[in-house]
Amino acid sequence: MFAYALRRLLFAIPTLLVISFIIFALLDLSPGDPTANLPLTIPAEVREQIRISLGLGEPFHIRYVKWLEQFFVNEPLHLIEQATGWSFGEGQRMRVISWQTRSPVTDLILERLPQTLWVVGLSYLVGILIAIPIGVISAYRQYSWFDQFGTLFSMIGFSAPTFFTGLLFIVIFSVWLGWLPSIYDTNLRVTNAQTLWLQIRQMIMPVMVLALFNAAQLSRFMRASMLDNLGQEYVRTARAKGLRERAVILIHVLRNSLIPVVTVIALGIPTIFGGAIITEQIFRVNGIGQLLITGIQGADIPLVQTLTFMFAVLIVLFNLVADLLYGMLDPRIRYE
Amino acid sequence: MTLRHMLTGAAALALLAPAAHAERGSDGQVNVLYWQAVSIMTPYLSSGTKDLEAASLVLEPLARFGPDGQLVPYLAEDIPTLENGGISEDLTTITWKLKEGILWSDGTPVTADDAVFTWQYCTDPDGGCAQLPNFGDVASVEAVDPQTIKVTFSVPKPYPYGPLVGAQSPLIQKAQFANCLGVAAPTCTEANTKPIGTGPFVVDDFKANDVVVLSANPNFRDPEKPAFANMVLKGGGDAASAARSVLETGEFDYAWNAQVEPEILTAMEAAGKGKVVSAFGTLVERIQVNQTDPDPALGEERSTVKHPHPILTDENVVKALSLAIDRAILIETGYGAAGQMTCNLVPAPEYNASTNNDWCKTRDVDQANKLLDEAGWMMGSDGVREKDGKRLSLLFQSSTNSVRQAAQALIKQDWAQIGVETELRNIDGGVFFGGDPGSPDTFQKFFADVEMYANNFDGTDPEKYLGDWVCSQAPSIENQWQGNNTSRMCNPDYDALHAELGKTAGQDARAKIAIELNDMIVNSPSFIPLVHRGRVSTKSNALGGVIMNPWDSELWNAADWYREKS
Repeated sequence: MFAYALRRLLFAIPTLLVISFIIFALLDLSPGDPTANLPLTIPAEVREQIRISLGLGEPFHIRYVKWLEQFFVNEPLHLIEQATGWSFGEGQRMRVISWQTRSPVTDLILERLPQTLWVVGLSYLVGILIAIPIGVISAYRQYSWFDQFGTLFSMIGFSAPTFFTGLLFIVIFSVWLGWLPSIYDTNLRVTNAQTLWLQIRQMIMPVMVLALFNAAQLSRFMRASMLDNLGQEYVRTARAKGLRERAVILIHVLRNSLIPVVTVIALGIPTIFGGAIITEQIFRVNGIGQLLITGIQGADIPLVQTLTFMFAVLIVLFNLVADLLYGMLDPRIRYE
Repeated sequence: MTLRHMLTGAAALALLAPAAHAERGSDGQVNVLYWQAVSIMTPYLSSGTKDLEAASLVLEPLARFGPDGQLVPYLAEDIPTLENGGISEDLTTITWKLKEGILWSDGTPVTADDAVFTWQYCTDPDGGCAQLPNFGDVASVEAVDPQTIKVTFSVPKPYPYGPLVGAQSPLIQKAQFANCLGVAAPTCTEANTKPIGTGPFVVDDFKANDVVVLSANPNFRDPEKPAFANMVLKGGGDAASAARSVLETGEFDYAWNAQVEPEILTAMEAAGKGKVVSAFGTLVERIQVNQTDPDPALGEERSTVKHPHPILTDENVVKALSLAIDRAILIETGYGAAGQMTCNLVPAPEYNASTNNDWCKTRDVDQANKLLDEAGWMMGSDGVREKDGKRLSLLFQSSTNSVRQAAQALIKQDWAQIGVETELRNIDGGVFFGGDPGSPDTFQKFFADVEMYANNFDGTDPEKYLGDWVCSQAPSIENQWQGNNTSRMCNPDYDALHAELGKTAGQDARAKIAIELNDMIVNSPSFIPLVHRGRVSTKSNALGGVIMNPWDSELWNAADWYREKS
């Protein structure tokens, strides 16, 4: 298992290098100009100077190598220096700088990661907690009214986009009822029960919008997997042994059915880090998704490149994690 | 003292009370929402209006433009003019006096050295300063004494209020930015996000592209202001939900730029929690009419002055196109409170606006048809006019934006009524305005017959803006398609008169020439004015003191804002 993991990790290096090149090249070739959003009153010569000051005057391959150095050498070194207080070489290293904010990209990401993990991560968790019972009961009582209701629920969850449910929630709970704030206060510090309550209140809507969407997907997986297992011989054997129905379902069938679902969940984890672009934008949660969209809108190429590449790294990593988890959960699978 | 006197006295005091609640920080917190989140707190490295306006809370220029377009002294004692000797007779220098005793928010005094440094900072060739045009033709900025700043121009400047005036070029503190010149500019994250200023607020916390937390500046020159102790400047989301948070849920006191369909905005306003406020600057939505032939068969030479446009160089045709447009409908459907009728290129300030061109305000299809008949364009069998076997068919391009596409569709209908066939096209704004000489789709290349966009100018003086219409500004292969004369208008009389504007000083004399120049453009076949667009924002009923200002930052008088007592 360890050798397998190591081998996969080594394979990931060339893969990621190719991905980084493709991302860099795609974004570089795409239309979009960091000065396009400036007011028209700013003349062309000044725009050109701004472009040169952003490093756009240099040819493609030099910018790529510079970015590689900034991302793979300077940024990790900086993080280590920050964490330990050591210093390598003489201080000033060029970090990946965002064009829009003129500040280091990793600082922006680190500032936003907690909100994304809280909101999107929690919604994933809530989604799982909703999805598994629905999936189990739907499968156990197939075609019952509960199953029909579960199907309807996931149908709605699938087909109603988050920009619709988000706005619907705001109109109902903020405008009509006035119960929940429509704008996420990113300055709120949780220090006592009252601020905790405020934090919960402002997280309810974004978390539920995303949880609804996640639960819809996962509950279908759960149901299908349960149905596969319910017809198996070992279920009959368990019942024949005289086990209680509860034990048959929750211990034997559920555990076996969870194997593919766990894989799906693990593969979905990178999307938590990626944030939820639309939901974060609607509720003004300052997460990674919102950072990405403002970066795209402002043609802030270093920011978009770095973020997209980090998503790629996470996806490659969690694919590996999913494979390893599979091996652990299912003893029949062995990696050599 | 009788009871009656006492009662009158009490009543008078009660009346005075609203004015007397002025005490710094007495009104708590004000919440402001900019749906384009603030990226940086200095206008010199900024990428747009939102940053400039946020910075205006902290950084101040020598003088700002008031709501009527007149200069108001801020850090300066008064406005230098020829009459008071602040501007030299040969128009090459302007001398500003700083107000006595102004302090930076860290408690150190503001001196003329800071002004000199600001000029050096922005004009450093490696800095990529976005506000360089404000320092155009400046030969030097000197500190005559700690309170006196002398700006010398390399050429006579009849309008010398560019450098260090307005929201675009405020003073920055030398001590803070001393190590941030040139290539080092972007690396000074601390200074760029938490600048030390003279304005009513100071930055406490800055989260890029999300939120700025500010508090009252303890060293602000007016000891009673600002009334608010804190300001939260939140960013993100979209224009509609920003307006909703002020007008419907009341979570915010002020939301910038309510670019929302007018009917939605009216419905939101009906909730009664806030108001839509607007102000009109110089932004004009217009149709530029290509005076050169965009025929692809011309290859390299398409849309260059070598080939005049076969249809649209005829004044009558373009006048007919203009008369056929129903501007009232365009405003009603697309702009609402943010639009008003204009027939000018320079619609404001009032003293610069021409009153000679009101013919375009009423739609006149009959007159338009008559003009086209006279021009020899006869109605064909399929409802499209023809002349010498050529159909009156136009390619109409604009940037991608729902309001513009709706306007394009309406104009297409209007033109169909006078026998003009229109093909519509829209191009992503980043490409259209991007100015990439390699792209065929930029508004400067103008590979179409007519195109619609909006443009304006900073400040109140239109000299540079009107300068966009001289012959040499026509985009061409030679200048990498960078000129701003997108219509490629070329009128030697116009060029001569514009040169005269460059030598004329004094507001009235300049206004006279500006109006004449404006009329030449409006009556030429190269320009069709559509809508005078304003700034629209929303403010809560609980917020007082807001005066919208089209000439400077919307937050220009944030020091005077207060909490409305209900």
